[in-house]
Amino acid sequence: MIKRIIAIAAAALALGLTSAHAQEVKVGVALPYTGIGAEFAQLVDRGMELYLKLNPDKVKPYKLTLIRRDVKDPSGANAKIAVQELLTQDNVDVLAGWIYSPNAIASAPIVTAGKKLAVIMNAGTAHITNLSPYYVRTSISMWHAGYALGEAAAKILNAKTAVVGYTDFPPGKDSLAAFKRSFEANGGKVIDEIPMGGAGAVPDFTPFFQRAKDKKPDLFFVFVPAGDHAAAVVKTYAALGMREAGIKLIGPGDITQDTKLQAMGAAAVGLITMHHYHADLDNPENKRFVEAWKKEYGANTTPDFMAVGGYDGMAAIVHIAQALKGKIEVDAALEALKGWKFASPRGPIMIDPVTRDIVMNEYLSEAVMKDGRVFQKVIGKIDGVKDACKEQKIGPCASK
Amino acid sequence: MIFGVDFASMLLGGVAAGMVLFIVSVGLSVTMGLMGFVNLAHGGFAMLGGYAIALAMKHWGFSFVTALVFGFVLTAAVSAVLERALYARLYGADELDQVLFTIGLVFMMIASVTLLVGPENQPLTLPPFLRGQINLGIIQYRAYSVALIAIGIVIVSVLWLGFERTRLGAQIRAAVDNRRMAESLGINIARLFTITFAFGSGMAALGGGLGAEFLGLDPQYALKYLVYFLIVVAVGGLGRVSGVFWAALLIGVLDFALKKYVPQGGTAFIYALSILLLLWRPQGLFGARSA
Amino acid sequence: MTAPPTGWSDHPAARALAGRHRLRAWEPIPWLLALAFYFAFPKYLGFGTEVLVTILFALSLDLVLGYAGIVTLGHAAFFGAGAYTVGMLAKHGIWNEPITGLILAALVAALVGLGSGVVLLRTQGLTLLMLTLCTMALLEEAANLAHDYTGGFDGLDSLPIAPLLGWFEFNPLYPRTQYLYVLSVLLVCFVFVRTLVYSPFGQSLTGIRENILRMHAVGAPVRRRLVLCYVLSAAIAGVAGGVWAQANAYVNLGTLGLDRAATVLIILVLGGHGRLYGAFVGAIAYMALAHFLSKIYPTAWQLGLGLLLVVIALFARNGILGIVEAAVRRQHAPRVT
Repeated sequence: MIKRIIAIAAAALALGLTSAHAQEVKVGVALPYTGIGAEFAQLVDRGMELYLKLNPDKVKPYKLTLIRRDVKDPSGANAKIAVQELLTQDNVDVLAGWIYSPNAIASAPIVTAGKKLAVIMNAGTAHITNLSPYYVRTSISMWHAGYALGEAAAKILNAKTAVVGYTDFPPGKDSLAAFKRSFEANGGKVIDEIPMGGAGAVPDFTPFFQRAKDKKPDLFFVFVPAGDHAAAVVKTYAALGMREAGIKLIGPGDITQDTKLQAMGAAAVGLITMHHYHADLDNPENKRFVEAWKKEYGANTTPDFMAVGGYDGMAAIVHIAQALKGKIEVDAALEALKGWKFASPRGPIMIDPVTRDIVMNEYLSEAVMKDGRVFQKVIGKIDGVKDACKEQKIGPCASK
Repeated sequence: MIFGVDFASMLLGGVAAGMVLFIVSVGLSVTMGLMGFVNLAHGGFAMLGGYAIALAMKHWGFSFVTALVFGFVLTAAVSAVLERALYARLYGADELDQVLFTIGLVFMMIASVTLLVGPENQPLTLPPFLRGQINLGIIQYRAYSVALIAIGIVIVSVLWLGFERTRLGAQIRAAVDNRRMAESLGINIARLFTITFAFGSGMAALGGGLGAEFLGLDPQYALKYLVYFLIVVAVGGLGRVSGVFWAALLIGVLDFALKKYVPQGGTAFIYALSILLLLWRPQGLFGARSA
Repeated sequence: MTAPPTGWSDHPAARALAGRHRLRAWEPIPWLLALAFYFAFPKYLGFGTEVLVTILFALSLDLVLGYAGIVTLGHAAFFGAGAYTVGMLAKHGIWNEPITGLILAALVAALVGLGSGVVLLRTQGLTLLMLTLCTMALLEEAANLAHDYTGGFDGLDSLPIAPLLGWFEFNPLYPRTQYLYVLSVLLVCFVFVRTLVYSPFGQSLTGIRENILRMHAVGAPVRRRLVLCYVLSAAIAGVAGGVWAQANAYVNLGTLGLDRAATVLIILVLGGHGRLYGAFVGAIAYMALAHFLSKIYPTAWQLGLGLLLVVIALFARNGILGIVEAAVRRQHAPRVT
């Protein structure tokens, strides 16, 4: 009698343990929920949640628990503590998040020591994925858009001269380097490079834009962080009458971020951007994604490229949960993600088996007015773009 | 001719930026000069006022001008209440306690706005007559900048007249120069403080709304630009409207020019400049020489 | 002039003054608590190390602010100077031994303090405040511009710091060595500051803070004392920055930023300035609250923190220690006869 009870109890316990173990996957999320990055954190967070909501059968029988930690600012210190505690106290199976590159860079040694898969959902400095063998990125590298745009500017837009304005921090410098390299490789010439203040407070762009206007280039390539910087850029471009002066404003899609685009209104018309995602992309996954987003978060809201970074990142995590049957061991997880393909709202994506960075389409779009709102019309497309910085091993991208 | 256009555009851009700085900072200068109170929450009032203006336009369809008035009045009222209830308790206190209090207040303002409205930038759409370009003869320039310059000149004139020609203005100036003497002359200092504080915060709100086109409007506004406001106040000299005005213009124009011609220096120049100005005239450009 | 009546040295006031520097019974307690923390909460050592560094930084600020009365919003300039000294030497392969690295950090920070102190300490009040802020901001901008050496916005990562005393490695995931290392550095610096504060030099600083005109009248070399105090404080802040860079194996512009400078000022005022232990109380209170509130309410914790600051400012004169002191004084108040 006792033996039977013990046997049943042991079986129940074993079943409970293994099923609990197989059921729950803990995802540690490090995002700047307060401070200047709060808006972006919300977008990525919502993207992650939306994937889980829209694809419950893909997640079954596992349960993904998100353990959120606020990293507060881009200084790196708080991100390190947050990641450390997620690993040692909460014992997460996977790490995710990182809006700001300095935080991802500061976290790298801890990620490596912690031996857990870490999915970067936004930070864009090119060489970050080299800093830890456990980093996988589902967002972007600054070189994706910048390099592709340099080529497109010379070939499709037939521009000969360009002035580059960029926010003076590594993603800005990456963008400048990427654009300049491919633009000049295709016969163009960058005639002025204007650092336009820091990534913190939005400066008044008027003096910088005035300088660019005075140089009379064919194109003005601008990179600024998405958000308020981008809104200010478009406003200043319109206010200084640069379009009438014949200077086209181009840049990575950060400057036409979907969440700011409608507020820019008519001033944004004519902007030409190169990006991997915007909400007007015409494919079935995106239609489903945008519709679900509006239903879940409000008809006046829209997803943007940061949300997609979260969405696709969560898709990757769910994929490995399924592939590894809930037991996430990092080397097996990396194997499962190498060459992983997914039909994302941004089009088909793949994780590069060598660099662990993302490979995706880049779309050249022009902002037009359609049905009373600003609409981004795709006028060109480049398939399967890799991060050129790591591919060509430029500067810090040459792996250690 | 080219040089003329270049110079004019630089001047206009810089003066417009300076006007925004002036409008927000004038309240800070007067309250610090008059009350000797370090109000680091001043940027918070600018932020709250800006939000009041933007939201009134968005949700209640206020026109730009109506919203500005609304923002001014609302912020002035709220700040008056806060002044009587909380600030007044700290008037004799150590300035560090004042710093602690006002920073705590600003944190609460930022957190409340983030929770109630959201962390994203609030767009503020200008009325059509302020958009686009305007023809000024030698140059076509951004209409809004020109409007700001005009508004700034009007405001500084009104303030100057108010300070120099009205009884209230005289009382304020007297209290700034020598509070004890003013008190012994029968001036109701407490009432003066409240009025001045409310007015200063209202001006900050106005600055927040008017400057939103350049500086944006989000919860972090309260702290992001505080440094610039403090620099303008320190360089201009406490308690003097004219001091703040010229300091704001000087900083606005020089910042603009330096960013345009030497952008590689980044924001370093404005700090270097402020250091030089403050070392040259520690009491501010127009401040009274300390006894 | 008559000699003071005999028995004066037995007067309670005289005894209190003469005995100020003696160790109180409760003084070892914070250190024992810190050691206990190491054993009781091994998973929070990352957070603990951050708190200890902040205490050291706040202590350095207390020296200039609490004792000499210099209000500065630019103290992070020295923190950053120390941090970048350690960071750049290590990253570029020049020097990575931790203890000597700290000495170098202190020296560089002291130099920056000397350079800026000599120029800035002619001024006071709001002007001095803004000058310290602008100097720090200028340094930050310079660090950003020299990004080839400093790593710019992204900073210098994975600093190869040599093991402590050749034996104890700095593990990024389990910062046990870091914690004890920082605690030891804090102890050494604290003993130094405490001795300084109760020395004749320290007394003269208090005199300068309380009544500068009188000190001038007495013939005390006021400017020199202030500059010396500033330099010493800068050196300690540099040590704090250096040890932060070593513990985190990372340095970036945040070490020079207004955020850090303003936070340490708030922490010191919250805890109580001019009281040495105010740095401890303030850092623990502020950071513990921020850390744990932000875990529970990732988006709203600033509200709670702001509320704490407002309440303390309104109801305490001189921070949390001020409240404690007032309570103690009320207990010991002599009964009015």
